[in-house]
Amino acid sequence: MNKISPSVEDAVAGIQDGMVVMIGGFGGAGAPIELIHALIDRYKATGSPGSLTVVNNNAGNGAVGIAALIYAGMVAKMVCSFPRSSDPKAFTEKYLAGEIELELVPQGTLAERIRAGGAGIPAFYTPTSYGTQVAEGKPVAEFDGRHYVLERWLKADVALIKAELADSKGNLTYHKAARNFSPLMATAARTTIVQVRRIVQPGGIDPEHVITPGIFVDRIVEVSDPKQEEALLREETK
Amino acid sequence: MIAKLTNAQIAWRAAQDIPDGAYVNLGIGFPEMVAKFKPDGREVIYHTENGILDFGEAPPAGEEDWDLINAGKKAVTLNPGAAFFHHADSFAMVRGGHLDVAILGAYEVAETGDLANWSTGPGSVPAVGGAMDLVHGAKRVAVITDHVTKKGEPKLVKACSLPLTGVGCVTTVYTSLAVIDIVDRRFVLREKLPGMSVEELQAVTGAELVVGATVADLIVPEV
Repeated sequence: MNKISPSVEDAVAGIQDGMVVMIGGFGGAGAPIELIHALIDRYKATGSPGSLTVVNNNAGNGAVGIAALIYAGMVAKMVCSFPRSSDPKAFTEKYLAGEIELELVPQGTLAERIRAGGAGIPAFYTPTSYGTQVAEGKPVAEFDGRHYVLERWLKADVALIKAELADSKGNLTYHKAARNFSPLMATAARTTIVQVRRIVQPGGIDPEHVITPGIFVDRIVEVSDPKQEEALLREETK
Repeated sequence: MIAKLTNAQIAWRAAQDIPDGAYVNLGIGFPEMVAKFKPDGREVIYHTENGILDFGEAPPAGEEDWDLINAGKKAVTLNPGAAFFHHADSFAMVRGGHLDVAILGAYEVAETGDLANWSTGPGSVPAVGGAMDLVHGAKRVAVITDHVTKKGEPKLVKACSLPLTGVGCVTTVYTSLAVIDIVDRRFVLREKLPGMSVEELQAVTGAELVVGATVADLIVPEV
C-alpha cells in the first residue's frame, strides 16, 4: 500500500474534464490551496481539466483558491450554500453573466447530502427548506405531524481536502475548525486526495485521535508549510 | 415620539431570556451582539455551524488563527471544554433538537411564525448558508429586529412577502418597541415600551396583536 504522492502535481494528475470535485473548507479554513493551484497550473499549461462541477460551502473569495479556479474558467457549476464572501467578484461576475451554474443548497442539507453519498444512503428526509423556494419540485412527506423534504445524496469523482497529520495508511487528523466538510467529503468521493502538513509512520497517530480513517483516503501529499486562504487574502489587501 | 431601543438594547433584552446552561446559536451579524450581554453568573455554550461548541470572544488583533473562526468567518477563541466536530455532526446538533436557543435576524416575521431572512428577491446572487437549517430544531427560535423597516413599514406581518426561510418556526420576536411571543399562529404581546400605547404599537404592526390581561413594560438600561 502506497498512498503517498511525491508532489501536488502528481496528486491531482488524474482529474479530468467534467468531473465533480468536492473541495474542503469553510471560507478560508481548510481550503486546500496548494492542491487547487496545482490543478490551475495544469489547466493553464494543458487546457485541462475544465468544465468542473465544484462542491464547497462557498464560491471563492478574492483571487486565490476556488476564486482562482473560477477566474481561470475551469468551473461550469458550483454546488454551495453561501456564494458570498468579503470579495465574491470571481463568482458573482460569472454568475450574473450566465457563465456559471449555481445549485444553492442549505448548509446542513449540503453536509447531510455529502454524508449520505459517502454512507450509501441515496436519499433522506429533512425538515430544512420545507415550504421555501429551495424545496420547489422536491417530494414532501409528513412524519409524526411534521413536513419533510426529500433530498438526494451527493457524490463526487474527486475530493480535494486539507488535513493536519496523516500516517502513510491515510488516517487523518485536522486542525481546529478547518475540519468542517472535509471528513464528509473524504467518504463521498471515488478518489480522495489530501494535502497534509506532515506524514507520519503508521502508529504515529493514536487510533483514538483518528478523525478520518484511512479507508476513505486514496492519496496523500505532504505540504509542510501550507498557505491559509484567509491569511493570504489579508496579506494581499494590506 | 417614543425613543425606540437601539440594536444593542434589543440584543441586551434577548440575552436576558437565555437560561443558564443553554446551548445557543447566534446568527451572523446583528445576533452575534447578544453574546456581549449575557447576564453574569449564567453559563452559555455557543455553537457555530462550522464545527465548534463553546467558542469565546474574538482574539486581540494580530493574534487571530484563521482556522479558528465562526460561521461569520470572524476569528474566535476557545473556552476550556470546547469541542470541534465536522459539519454533519454540527447540523445534527441543529436539526436534532439539541440546541436550546437560536437567535436570528429578520426581514419579515409573520404571525404564523414564518420567517423571511435570507433573500430580498431576484436580482442578486442567492445565498442561504445555515439559516434554513437553524430555524428547525432549536427549542426556541428567537428573532431580533427593528420593529419596522427603514421606510417605516411593518416587519411583523400577516404573511411574508419575501422568500421564506422557514414555515411556522419563530417563537419570540424582540423588536425595538416590544417583546412578542408567537402562540397558536398569533402575535401575543408580552412587553412594550412604557411610553407607548397598545394602539400606537398596533399601528406599526402588520397583524393583530393579542393583548392579555397584563402587558409588562419593556425596560432596558442604556448599554
